[in-house]
Amino acid sequence: MAKVKMTVNGRQVGSECEDRTLLVHFLRENLALTGTHVGCDTTQCGACVVHMDGRSVKSCTILAAQAAGSTITTIEGLAGGGDLHPVQAAFKANHGLQCGFCTPGMVMTAVDMIRRHGANLDEATVRAELDGNICRCTGYHNIVKSILAAAAEMGGVQQAAE
Amino acid sequence: MGVEGIGASVARKEDKRFLTGKGRYTDDMSVPGMKYAFFVRSPHAHAKIKSIDISAASAMPGVIGVLEGKQLQADGIGNLICGWMIHSKDGSPMNMGAWRPLAHDTVRYVGDGVAIVVADSLGEARDAAEAVVVDYDVLPAVTEAVKALEAGQPQIHPEAANNLIFDWQIGDGGATDKAIAEAAHVTEIKLHNNRLAPNPMEPRATLGIYDSAEDHYTCYTTSQNPHVARLVMSAFYNVAPENKLRVIAPDVGGGFGSKIYIYPEEIVCLWASKKTGVPVKWTSDRTEAFLTDAHGRDHVSTVKMAFDKDNRVTGLKVDTIANLGAYMSLFSSAVPTYLYATLLSGQYAIPAIHANVRTVYTNTVPVDAYRGAGRPEATYLLERTMETAARELGISPAELRRKNFIRSFPHQTPVIMNYDAGDYEASLEAAMATADWNGFAARKAEAARRGMKRGIGMSCYIEACGIAPSAAVGSLGAGVGLWESAEVRVNAVGTIEVMTGSHSHGQGHETTFAQLIADRLGVPIDSVNIVHGDTDKVQMGMGTYGSRSGAVGMSAVVKALDKVEAKAKKIAAHLMEADESDIVIENGELKVAGTDKALPWFQVALAAYTAHNLPAGMEPGLKEGAFYDPSNFTFPAGCYICEVEVDPETGTTEIIQFVAADDFGNIINPMIVEGQVHGGIAQGIGQALLENVHYDPQNGQLITASYMDYAMPRADNLPSFKLSHQNTPCPSNPLGIKGCGEAGAIGSPPALINAITDAIGNNSLTMPATPQKVWSAINAAN
Repeated sequence: MAKVKMTVNGRQVGSECEDRTLLVHFLRENLALTGTHVGCDTTQCGACVVHMDGRSVKSCTILAAQAAGSTITTIEGLAGGGDLHPVQAAFKANHGLQCGFCTPGMVMTAVDMIRRHGANLDEATVRAELDGNICRCTGYHNIVKSILAAAAEMGGVQQAAE
Repeated sequence: MGVEGIGASVARKEDKRFLTGKGRYTDDMSVPGMKYAFFVRSPHAHAKIKSIDISAASAMPGVIGVLEGKQLQADGIGNLICGWMIHSKDGSPMNMGAWRPLAHDTVRYVGDGVAIVVADSLGEARDAAEAVVVDYDVLPAVTEAVKALEAGQPQIHPEAANNLIFDWQIGDGGATDKAIAEAAHVTEIKLHNNRLAPNPMEPRATLGIYDSAEDHYTCYTTSQNPHVARLVMSAFYNVAPENKLRVIAPDVGGGFGSKIYIYPEEIVCLWASKKTGVPVKWTSDRTEAFLTDAHGRDHVSTVKMAFDKDNRVTGLKVDTIANLGAYMSLFSSAVPTYLYATLLSGQYAIPAIHANVRTVYTNTVPVDAYRGAGRPEATYLLERTMETAARELGISPAELRRKNFIRSFPHQTPVIMNYDAGDYEASLEAAMATADWNGFAARKAEAARRGMKRGIGMSCYIEACGIAPSAAVGSLGAGVGLWESAEVRVNAVGTIEVMTGSHSHGQGHETTFAQLIADRLGVPIDSVNIVHGDTDKVQMGMGTYGSRSGAVGMSAVVKALDKVEAKAKKIAAHLMEADESDIVIENGELKVAGTDKALPWFQVALAAYTAHNLPAGMEPGLKEGAFYDPSNFTFPAGCYICEVEVDPETGTTEIIQFVAADDFGNIINPMIVEGQVHGGIAQGIGQALLENVHYDPQNGQLITASYMDYAMPRADNLPSFKLSHQNTPCPSNPLGIKGCGEAGAIGSPPALINAITDAIGNNSLTMPATPQKVWSAINAAN
């Protein structure tokens, strides 16, 4: 057991956990942030994507202890107290989600994708970048549409915002 | 339709909670004192259990209890059942073997549950499960259905000689044989409809809570039909009487059929909660999901299609062997029979059809309904046969289909179904126009100049949805009726709660059902709440599967709403001193037609509850319930066209375009309907191009047990899709809805395989059409 401290969604947190605890379980079980999901256990599906120090990571593939001292943003903290982040709003407007289970990971991946590519995203790039996120409901059609819409809307202001 | 009524692409009400991490799935549930379960599962496909030693495991840190099947049986917990009786053609009932929630004498597939460990943490439960010592006497295993029927193969259940569960038939064998004997041309084909794992992204989970003070159980579970779960667990598994068992299916992360069934884990966790005195939560990991979630498809069929000299189909003869796995899952017997062979007429006028279906036990996980359930198998069979016939007969695939389309309705097929409405030509024309079918030859020539092989293929599907008229399915062997229930509760301030027995796990009912209310009453959808998924809140329901929630679930809401409106009109007429027949409801008001007299909806609702001034003899309140039992199935249909480019050097297939033209009858929310089609097509493309459950035929080990080995469709495997609708309203339900949930998965596989076989000039190709198979087929053809 070890006490692990980090900043999650702007708040300093610390909690005891077994050494083998994965970040995703630390978030879900210790911090009750259940928006981050586990879909596969093998780093394939991306339902567990969160941001660690501003970059997307699969929280099922990193130990909580490895994240000690880092700054984590989960789906619960993405809008930063606002109503919806522009990517969340684009997913709603474009029906980019159905059952909602892969959605938190999709949104967190999309935010990072837009951060890196800005308004330069095209469909082929979005599809290639989504390789690590699996959705069984949407056939990706509306997820791709949502991300392109969000990228267009956020455009050049994105880099300034980060 | 208004901005929020029927026909409007309203953004979903439920989205905000899913987008902000506030969804509440079963694994998100936590109650005081809750502990974690891990199942000990068989590593062998077939074995006798000689002994189970739990002593070391019981002494491990954090362990609260280790429980086995013998105790479960001693406590009177029943075996799992199949809820649809099928009789063989000789009249004998199906040969069903016992399926124990925890095996204690024989294990029959890799993953069969043997014991449950409950511990303080999941890690401790998992560690202790490793310490449970099960002494197995390993037996030979068989995984393929055709082989399992052969003499000398391992016998999986004593009740089923040669592993045959039933040998069933439908249609007129004599007339079909005669048509084939007299045919000008007979097309023959042998097909394997490959085995799939449904893979909703949320793994199954359950939380069993026993309250000893009340002798009451609560079961949170990932279910598409919590009421059916309660009924079955109460009536057949002896977990608890219905009034002592509450089943809650909260937010559920996809189902696709795999969450219809009541699995051993729900039963065992409820029982374990009583035995250990703590709430017990189990959550499947993905490998466990591959091992234990019911799989889909796995049919081997031979087909003969007879044509006369004018290329009209005169007969269809089908022989199918269906793999049902190691045990008969809840609806497993219905899938390769009444959900499959009754659709073998497709969109075509076929005078004689005969199908023989044998179902078989194997040492694999049970097989049951997966998105489409029987109808994808029928469609793949028919549409590959039609395409093959067109090539053999030297006419265009579109022309052959046109020549054989059913064109007048109602149409009685030789295999039970009575099609009520449709316009197959309209969908065919729309799909061909969208795909620029006529420009294909030029595109093919252009691709050939680049050294690429381009192909185009179509598929004209029909399905039976809106399941189902209760008396009809009862006469065919179903153990339940397939109606749906609804209750419309108007609050005193005029806001509305709709309790429905349908269950939303991605379909958007919280929005579409509210749109129906908004359309009828002219109230905003924000004033309507849809309540579902809890047996304490909704009295009874049959759940969501088979594209039934619009056609059946919403029809029940319509019936309840009719009663609510009738009472509201009586109150309004009384208050405004008008004739009841003159009252109309629009824009949130009850108006006296032809006058400026009106009362807002909330005022009439309030009057119903104050009850100060109601018509003489009227009860207070405004709340009505209804049960809707459909009078017929519904028949969504359409035409899908796929265009591919195959790289002959690598065998890689690229989907250039995928066109879907569907007839779903009336549509509540086009955006949601299109989303359903997108997802269905992706699953169909997955089946045709990528996905395959593979068991090692020697030892029954599941080779494809994670996303590293089972090829799920990913964003870069798929194109964006081109959709259109040609809707003929369904005449049998009040909203004219046919259903849209499964069409994409039903119509797409044959379109894709027809396109690839067209491209490579070799019809011998099995699903999934992996690059290796396609490359081999190209080289075999050359």
